[in-house]
Amino acid sequence: MKHIFIIAILVIASTFAIHTGLSSIGLLPAQASAQAVSIDQLFGIYTWAIAFVFSLIVVILLYSLVVFRRRKGETGEGAHIEGNTNLEIAWTVVPLLAVFYLAYLGGKSLGETRRVDPSAMVVKVVAGQWYWQFQYPDYGFGSGDLYLPVGKQVDLQMTSNDVIHSFFVPEFRLKQDILPGRTVDLRVTPTVIGSYKVSCAQLCGTNHAYMIANVVVVSQADFQAWVTKQLATASQDPALHGLQLVQQFGCAVCHSVDGSKKVGPTWQHLYESSVTLADGTKVTADDKYISDSIINPNLQIVKGFSPNVMPQTFGQTLDDSQIQAIIAYIESLK
Amino acid sequence: MRKFFSLGLVRGLIWQVIGTAFGIGLVTGVRALMRLPAWKAEPAVVVGALFGALFFLYGVGVLDDWLKWANGEETSDEEVDETGLGRRRYFGASQDHKVIGIQYLTLALILFTVGGTFALIFRTELVKPGMQFLTPLEYNTLMSLHGIVMIVGILIGISAFMNYTVPLLIGARDMAFPRLNAFSFWIAVPAGIILLSSLFLGGFDTGWTGYPPLSVRAPLGMQMFFLGVSLSSFSSILSALNILATVIRLRAKGMTPFRLPIFVWAAIATSIISLTATQLIGLAFQMVMLERLLGMGFFDPVKGGNPVLFEHLFWFYSHPAVYVFVLPGLGVISELLPVFVRKPLYGYKWVAMSSLGIALTGFLVWGHHMFASGMAEYLREPFMYSTLLVAVPTGVKFFSWVATIWKGKISFPTPMLFVLGGIVVFLLGGLSGPPNATVSTDLLLNNTYYIVGHFHDTLFGGYVFPFFASIYYWWPKMTGKRLNEKLGKLHFWLMGPGMLILTLAMMRVGLLGMRRRVADYDPALGFQSYHIAMTLSGYLVALSILIFFINVFLTMKRGEVALGNVWGSRSPEWQVASPMPVHNYDKPVVVVGEPYDYGLPGSRYVKFEGED
Repeated sequence: MKHIFIIAILVIASTFAIHTGLSSIGLLPAQASAQAVSIDQLFGIYTWAIAFVFSLIVVILLYSLVVFRRRKGETGEGAHIEGNTNLEIAWTVVPLLAVFYLAYLGGKSLGETRRVDPSAMVVKVVAGQWYWQFQYPDYGFGSGDLYLPVGKQVDLQMTSNDVIHSFFVPEFRLKQDILPGRTVDLRVTPTVIGSYKVSCAQLCGTNHAYMIANVVVVSQADFQAWVTKQLATASQDPALHGLQLVQQFGCAVCHSVDGSKKVGPTWQHLYESSVTLADGTKVTADDKYISDSIINPNLQIVKGFSPNVMPQTFGQTLDDSQIQAIIAYIESLK
Repeated sequence: MRKFFSLGLVRGLIWQVIGTAFGIGLVTGVRALMRLPAWKAEPAVVVGALFGALFFLYGVGVLDDWLKWANGEETSDEEVDETGLGRRRYFGASQDHKVIGIQYLTLALILFTVGGTFALIFRTELVKPGMQFLTPLEYNTLMSLHGIVMIVGILIGISAFMNYTVPLLIGARDMAFPRLNAFSFWIAVPAGIILLSSLFLGGFDTGWTGYPPLSVRAPLGMQMFFLGVSLSSFSSILSALNILATVIRLRAKGMTPFRLPIFVWAAIATSIISLTATQLIGLAFQMVMLERLLGMGFFDPVKGGNPVLFEHLFWFYSHPAVYVFVLPGLGVISELLPVFVRKPLYGYKWVAMSSLGIALTGFLVWGHHMFASGMAEYLREPFMYSTLLVAVPTGVKFFSWVATIWKGKISFPTPMLFVLGGIVVFLLGGLSGPPNATVSTDLLLNNTYYIVGHFHDTLFGGYVFPFFASIYYWWPKMTGKRLNEKLGKLHFWLMGPGMLILTLAMMRVGLLGMRRRVADYDPALGFQSYHIAMTLSGYLVALSILIFFINVFLTMKRGEVALGNVWGSRSPEWQVASPMPVHNYDKPVVVVGEPYDYGLPGSRYVKFEGED
């Protein structure tokens, strides 16, 4: 009986100590969405459960190892105890009830995160190797950054241009794989104004680590102002429009504008310059060369770079005026 | 020189080279005859590798008897005594289960060393943000190979222990199908070579999961990965079949199901999974191979295929596979604990049934890997319930272990330290599991370092620690010498803490949002100090393994001779002198009592026929 009493005290003390320790170091990132609330509550329950079960097993284990250790010169065997059916039933049934309760809580929490607001704003998300593209069908433009108004549910309708990607913003707590040939949706209600990152969480090839875009949560008024600005720039200067497209389609992941070498050739001083191709020939980077290289990237590979890296679908996704705008932007980097 | 070329392994490798050349020539020749451009690398290399593996099996000699039968020739049914060959018999197609067990063990240790080295290389890369000395493709290849080489190594290591111990534990002369046993081992060798050759054929950047469409676009190395895994899956399936047949047919007299050594129950549970689920990963991988070679569209949405289907096929094996990895380890813990606490295993029947319980529930939970995959929404809840259910039989094991230790007379030689380390580390792995099982919390954790920390704890606790416990425990049985205790303890005290720091740091950054499988990370996240800690503790684990190898080397040269019942075990293999004679027991084993009646005066588990 004495053993049981000491162990009970130690288990309780250890449970509280572990729980306090875990909570004080801050286990989770900042909470920035309505969906995160119920998820974090469930994490809170887990912290207690893990602290308790860990203490229960480890305390009894360590206690036994110390108290029942074989002392120097001691011979003989341990107590001949083969088992106890009631105890076995107890430690089968109690955990069974506990996990069913946890599963019930998990289901409830999943329901919370999937709650649908019929007035949600739709944003179409297109993921590709290795870029994010966000289209706002309500307003008719696209962006390389995901701007969201605070306090309003957004319905992200997501599809992939090539392989499987995954939408992940830790502060929102949510993750959803994005599949080619299908649209999957994810609903999130941002609750805190600020800047976050969306990164791809499903290994998607060489530059997977760099498939990151900004998520900017702003007030309603600021969101309206941003929409107005986007609509205005799209119709003005073609080079500015080009810059917008370049961000939107993720070109800058592989093409630098400061002369540094990335996966693809830099665009700095590219326009009208002389380019050496893989087969040794030299060509001038005029409008036709750039346009060809966007539509059919494998046609002319620049010396020192690999074929089959750049998506070969831009001929379909971009129309003529958009390609002209990108060329205008590259010209501005001359 | 002639002696060298008569070794089965050497002949096999030579035949593998010939077979590869033959396969490449065959494809190129057929293409030329069809008036296609003769040289196309991918089909040529794939068919070449396949023929290379088949020719290897011929060269090493495991097909000899079967070929003779097919020819109508007789072969001798008497097992051959190969002891005269000395160490040479380990390099050829032996049919002795003990030799094959040691061959498996050696191959497993080689694969672990290779896979571990890959991990050290990319962990070093991760010390600083930005790319240091690897390109992202090289990083992805090493990370992917680390995963699959370790997994194949673990499967081989499990075969090592099941092969060596199961016939001994049940008092059998050998496995039920000795020729099949040799085949199962030797097919793993060319499979391993093909798998590692992917490193030199462009690598692959998909992780060990190989999800299409990414794996359809990956370099040629991808095919070597698929082919290597498909071939090694034959090894798993056939050796599982062999274990089951052996346990059903070759048990000693009086060894009723509930008098089996508890490790044998774990071997049964593991073999049921391997025998029935491994086909699915082979199938899934072969479908992608065909998609690449022949343009079939199983998983290609443009052709009406579905990439999520691959994930289902893949995880239908790859989740139960986790139980293939850990069940034998948990069996080792249950087998060794009574020996070192000198008490019966608490609740023997419950522990035995919990192994089967884990194996059966394990078949119903694969969907929890796909909570964020975009699979049918209504599937998420049932998979959540079934997954959490695994905690129940696993809990039974923990409670039984703790109750076994209670009121024992506990001593702490090296194998016991590894058993205890296994319990604590597996507990951490187990407790970090349920947050992945409830869908909503998993939406944060899925594909983060948290998962990486979680499964490294389950695999280290459920596999690596028990693996080393059994090496230290059965080493005297295998060799007649005992591994050095001081070095063994040093090994444990470096690996244990190293492992804990490594996995706790992984879980920490994962909860904060660090994605897994990234070659680079944003310094602004503030994770660099954790990455430094992870890398250093990775080196600590590597150092401990180096000490283990030094221990093995020194013991082989001049280790303490240990021919008797070193640990005072009741198990049959320890009732005869070490190392084990060629056909195990000279006199048949008869079971006369319970396996774990430590502390019951006058009780015995086995006697030998003719004794009283």
